[in-house]
Amino acid sequence: MDTIYALASAQGKAGVAVVRLSGPAAHDAILRLCGRIPPMRHATLCRVSSDDGSVIDTALVLTFAKGASFTGETSAEIQLHGSRATVAALLVTLSKIPGLRLAEPGEFTRRALENGRLDLTEVEGLADLIDAETEAQRLQALRVLSGALGKKTESWRTSLIRAMALLEVTIDFADEDVPVDVTPEVIALLRDVTASLVQEVAGFAAAERIRDGFEVAIVGPPNIGKSTLLNTLAGRDAAITSDVAGTTRDVIEVRMDVGGLPVTFLDTAGLRKTDDLVEGLGIERAIARANQADLRVILTDGSVPDGVTLLDDDLILRGKVDLVGDDGPGVSGKTGQGVTGLLNHVCAALSQRAAGAGLAVHERHRQAMTSSKAVLESALDALEMGNRPTELAVEDIRQAVAILDALVGRIDVENVLDEIFSSFCLGK
Amino acid sequence: MFHVKHDSFDVVVVGGGHAGCEAAHAASRMGVRVALITLDPAKIGVMSCNPAIGGLGKGHLVREVDAMDGVMGRVADKAGIQFRLLNRRKGPAVQGPRAQSDRKIYRESMQAELALLSNLTVIAGEVADIVAEKGTITAVVLADGTNVATRAVVVTTGTFLRGMVHIGDVSYPAGRMGDDPSNRLAARFADMGLPLGRLKTGTPPRLDGRTINWDILEEQPGDDDPTFFSFLTSKTDTRQVSCGITHTNARTHQIIHDNLGRSAMYGGHIEGIGPRYCPSIEDKVVRFAEKDSHQVFLEPEGLDDPTIYPNGISTSLPVDVQEAYVRSILGLENVAILQPGYAIEYDYVDPQALNLSLQLRAQPGLFLAGQINGTTGYEEAAAQGLVAGLNAAQHAVGAAPITFNRSSSYIGVMIDDLTSRGVAEPYRMFTSRAEFRLSLRADNADQRLTPLGQEIGCVSGIRSDAFGAKMDALSRGRSALDAESWTPREIMGAGIKVSADGGRRTSWDLLSFPNVTFSEILALNPAHSDIPRDIQDQLWRDALYSKYLDRQERDAAILKRDEALLIPEGFAYDDISGLSNELKQKLNRARPASMAQAARIEGMTPAALSLLLVRIRPLRQEKLA
Ligand SMILES: Cc1cc2nc3c(=O)[nH]c(=O)nc-3n(C[C@H](O)[C@H](O)[C@H](O)COP(=O)(O)OP(=O)(O)OC[C@H]3O[C@@H](n4cnc5c(N)ncnc54)[C@H](O)[C@@H]3O)c2cc1C
Repeated sequence: MDTIYALASAQGKAGVAVVRLSGPAAHDAILRLCGRIPPMRHATLCRVSSDDGSVIDTALVLTFAKGASFTGETSAEIQLHGSRATVAALLVTLSKIPGLRLAEPGEFTRRALENGRLDLTEVEGLADLIDAETEAQRLQALRVLSGALGKKTESWRTSLIRAMALLEVTIDFADEDVPVDVTPEVIALLRDVTASLVQEVAGFAAAERIRDGFEVAIVGPPNIGKSTLLNTLAGRDAAITSDVAGTTRDVIEVRMDVGGLPVTFLDTAGLRKTDDLVEGLGIERAIARANQADLRVILTDGSVPDGVTLLDDDLILRGKVDLVGDDGPGVSGKTGQGVTGLLNHVCAALSQRAAGAGLAVHERHRQAMTSSKAVLESALDALEMGNRPTELAVEDIRQAVAILDALVGRIDVENVLDEIFSSFCLGK
Repeated sequence: MFHVKHDSFDVVVVGGGHAGCEAAHAASRMGVRVALITLDPAKIGVMSCNPAIGGLGKGHLVREVDAMDGVMGRVADKAGIQFRLLNRRKGPAVQGPRAQSDRKIYRESMQAELALLSNLTVIAGEVADIVAEKGTITAVVLADGTNVATRAVVVTTGTFLRGMVHIGDVSYPAGRMGDDPSNRLAARFADMGLPLGRLKTGTPPRLDGRTINWDILEEQPGDDDPTFFSFLTSKTDTRQVSCGITHTNARTHQIIHDNLGRSAMYGGHIEGIGPRYCPSIEDKVVRFAEKDSHQVFLEPEGLDDPTIYPNGISTSLPVDVQEAYVRSILGLENVAILQPGYAIEYDYVDPQALNLSLQLRAQPGLFLAGQINGTTGYEEAAAQGLVAGLNAAQHAVGAAPITFNRSSSYIGVMIDDLTSRGVAEPYRMFTSRAEFRLSLRADNADQRLTPLGQEIGCVSGIRSDAFGAKMDALSRGRSALDAESWTPREIMGAGIKVSADGGRRTSWDLLSFPNVTFSEILALNPAHSDIPRDIQDQLWRDALYSKYLDRQERDAAILKRDEALLIPEGFAYDDISGLSNELKQKLNRARPASMAQAARIEGMTPAALSLLLVRIRPLRQEKLA
């Protein structure tokens, strides 16, 4: 097995850079660089030199024993001063040590997986965690990383296996005196799981937003201060502003962190009746895009802009409020009046939606949950209407379990039999 | 068929029980020279326990054995004195044929079937040793020192290895009541280092039917229209009879409870593990204390035999207690016990030591089948006998193994379960063990397996012809149903509910609707009445699940992929650092042949599977994070 190394922190100039090594030769490499192997898990200041004896840096070195590291392998971390030159010098030195090679992207994680330090859904969580930019994303990734999805699936599986066992008993032990009618309990179990699946799937939209960002569209007539507001929010000139109506024709996006949530503000073309073909297209697109957004901030001059149908959760604000001197709800990008209020409102509205986020975070999760819900509904239908034989209801449940198993595990018929035997008196 | 001087053979089958008979018959159908060596040839085909064949899952196995031209189905049909199709009110996938057998007819018919085989020799004797030279099987040695040369051996000694019978606190060595145990062979297996375990099972007292008060008991008749095991049988061969039904009561339970300390099982005399689905009456009374009554079926053992088998009250209590509790049961107040119930404890070989052809991994040419592998039941034994017999014949002539898979037969499910998971208790077949059971039906066992039998050459001309004719009729019927379609009006006119604005539908589509049977199709097109009745029924069964079969086929494809992910023989599980020691041990014992098998090992986690997978595949280059 190769020993791999890579820069673990971001590329470029930084206060500290971290280079990670993993594999059987990791500690030998440290010995070669530092002249000794510091005690495990003790941050130790070492002079790091290249093979010709020239000093690369004085760095903080951490070593991990096999079985007690992220990858599960013998490994080490070198925290050095984060100049490009220092990092480059260390990487060159490492590349010359026999048995060492630069890691492929994701290879540390893959080794962690291979060594049983993570399972697949946890890897998904880890990838999300590394990508997390905001607090909400971090918390969501941690939830997946901690195996919450696996645990939830396991609890569904337990209920479904119990339901199958109850039905199987009426099939495989038909000749024996199984007294109770199992259908009500099976129906209750299936309803519970279905409801829980529905809830998780409903939370998918929110979870997906947390991962990929919410969209807030700023909509309004031309020249109402949309672009200025966007620039103020962004803290830079993202959109071109001018007093000429119709300056913004395309949709301009600014991504930011609003109270821990990733939010993309969209500046859209001003809405008005126009004969200009290009501007007309921009307006159409603006309306379409705004309708897809999670939230719309509508800037008005007192009347609802052309082409907009108001929704319940639209935030309606008077644009360029500094000019009208109105103390009703309004905002001005120019003076900053009302901007904090606007952000608070957006944060509150989106946080409420984010709170509904479930364990289905990736499309893969959503699909599995949606399709198992569908087959469970078919099983419920068979049981409640009594129009199809029991083995078809069981087949539907088996299918649901198989789908969920594909998410995290796999079915084991012995479980079904275990349930049967612990619950019923069978046998002649 | 009886010889004194022994030639050399290609296959020697040890044991004349259900596994042994089927193995000998199968090997002989493959055209090799076969010897069946058993303690007492007069006892070939003896039913050690209940006088019945079939049931749920078990009936499926018998049909599959029959589809391969095996012998059990035909013999059971001959001996059948009461036929019942279980689960008549459920769909065909979970219906199982079952029949009470006349013990004597069963035994005699089995012996007659074997006598027909010119390349089969029956030898009376106890096999005491198996000889291998340089890893190759060369002979078996009988207790009297006789050497019988052979290339392959199938051992089917049932409950005989270090068998021990227990009745109350009395116990003595026996293979079953009235037979000596087989201890030398057991010792030989222990010497070979085979993983042996101990299991137990029990049987109820046998009653004298002439002393039962039948008049006050509920009668359970057979089906008016019997369902047979063999695809070649068309009528019953003997007079049909009914069974009786009675129940245990609070007093029965009290007697058993008061004497639990004297039961072999509960007095601590037995260490082996018994089957949960065939619990003794002691077990039932203790584990399900809240129930104050259990059903007892009174099953005749034969037409001219007064013996009654009381199904549901197997026991290892002392004889006087057996008498007391039996007589507390309605209708049995004055009953005479002909033979007491007993428990038997025996050695079995952990089937994880076998590969999919039931050959010992550690000794090529040596095959094991039946109860010796930790199973229970005649049908399970016969099905394994078939597999081992076919493969022993293949081995003898140096041909490739014949294996069965989970997606096409119950036989495949059983062999895969046994060899990949081993047994924690005596293994019995259930329909719920077969994840593809909608396609693995008793009614289509021939459609699934007879072509395989024809291909390997173990199917007679008579069966081949009958099968060919049936398949032709089925495919003609299917084409006719596919070729015609009907408007919603016409369909509703035939009494089938469909939405009025739907499109045209073929007769085949309609047949796959729940609640549509062939009679509605006949209402649409009376011309189909020239399709024979049995073909109509079979078309309906095939259509009924067709919507689900697509899904099952997809799942089967996934399974095939997992089965194709082979784990090299001798793979070093100990080197996988992320695996728990417990899982390493289990994997080392089971030595799964593929990822699919590994997945079924008890306690296997998704994380452990992914570990294994990444190790057996060349490292994939894809990004994970
Ligand atoms: C007491 C008892 C209770 C049972 N209860 C049930 C039950 O409730 N439900 C159920 O499904 N099944 C039950 N069974 C099991 C059923 O009888 C067996 O599963 C089935 O018969 C096994 O078939 P077999 O071919 O493996 O072995 P068997 O039918 O036991 O046949 C073994 C054969 O091997 C021969 N033999 C043994 N040793 C040698 C040797 N060294 N050399 C030559 N020949 C040898 C014997 O003579 C015999 O012919 C019970 C069995 C017993 C004995």
